[in-house]
Amino acid sequence: MIDFMQKLGHRTLSKLAAFGRSGQILFQSVVAKPAPVMMFPLLIKQIYFVGVLSLIIIVVSGLFIGMVLGLQGYTILADYGSEEAVGQMVALSLVRELAPVVTALLFAGRAGSALTAEIGLMKATEQLASLEMIGVDPLRRIIAPRLYAGFICMPLLTMIFAVVGVWGAALVAVDWLGIYSGSYWVNMQQSVDFMSDVVNGLIKAVVFGFVVTWIAVYQGYDCVPTSEGISQATTRTVVYSSLAVLGLDFILTALMFGDL
Amino acid sequence: MRMRTMEISVGFFMLIGFLALVVLALNVSGLNLASKGAGYKIYANFENIGGLTARAKVSMSGVQIGEVTRIRLDPQMLMAEVEMEIYPDIDFLSADSSAMILTSGLLGQQYIGIIPGGDVEVLAPGEFIYNTQSALVLEDLVGKFLMNQVSE
Repeated sequence: MIDFMQKLGHRTLSKLAAFGRSGQILFQSVVAKPAPVMMFPLLIKQIYFVGVLSLIIIVVSGLFIGMVLGLQGYTILADYGSEEAVGQMVALSLVRELAPVVTALLFAGRAGSALTAEIGLMKATEQLASLEMIGVDPLRRIIAPRLYAGFICMPLLTMIFAVVGVWGAALVAVDWLGIYSGSYWVNMQQSVDFMSDVVNGLIKAVVFGFVVTWIAVYQGYDCVPTSEGISQATTRTVVYSSLAVLGLDFILTALMFGDL
Repeated sequence: MRMRTMEISVGFFMLIGFLALVVLALNVSGLNLASKGAGYKIYANFENIGGLTARAKVSMSGVQIGEVTRIRLDPQMLMAEVEMEIYPDIDFLSADSSAMILTSGLLGQQYIGIIPGGDVEVLAPGEFIYNTQSALVLEDLVGKFLMNQVSE
């Protein structure tokens, strides 16, 4: 019994300590010592790796999700004779929910795991320690540009996802299934509100980008510096950030759209 | 050279991202920056507005001529007072026009249809449309139908 209590206490304390360390990393690399001018070339490079190289997977999955939504929405709405509302359905579900969430999940798999593995390997091969030896702060040089790149890229990727998805649904519903294109677009424009739908989706994307990049960077920086430790940290990044995104999505949705 | 292509692709990425936001704003959400606050306001009282909401469209012969801006309950008359903003180029609505609440499609959104009258005078900003017809409420119709069945 006492052993169990001790184990529970140990678990809790180590989790709390890990959370504290992650907060410290975030604070020291982003808030405490901002050096935007020196960082700019590094930031460009990270945006390239995190954003530009994620573009293809985002565009392709956005296209297919939009097309599936268009097809499913059409077959269901056609039963009620209101297949013109497919544009409205597709746009609302994409802009509010699917674009931020699916982009964040793909982003965690594509960019988050890569960030963790890269930083973990830097730690395992003692590159971080040698940076510190020559007087360069690794938090500022390695961590901060990656965090900023994640914050910048996620909202942009989400917007691209939503636009491609809406366009893919239009391709299926208007061009292939023959809904009148005017009613597709006008229904959509009447029901989607810029402030309450697009901006709220954007806020979700910013929050998810922040959380996913933070988890990825922390797991890499804090991993056990062995090959096994890196693989565990990479797994944890994907698992934790997916769970965090899905959980936060419910909370944000309840705050924005629900009257809880 | 390697750095240059990377920077160019990052530039394109940022541009595409912001363009996507603009497309979402203008094309998907139909954000209209030009004609905000340029029209004039007219009012109408309805006994029952059904599911009419703010931002619903106001149309004449099916052409949109404005939108609903505010709905409130008139405390004296105990009727719904609907404030509509009409586009400034529509300045020829006759004073005895009538307004009715219509539904687009079977289950679609509700909007206000304005039917022109024959008066030579036109509606001035802030004036009321007195001749109105309420929304069609399904329960009322079913109730009336049942009453007819019973009385037969």
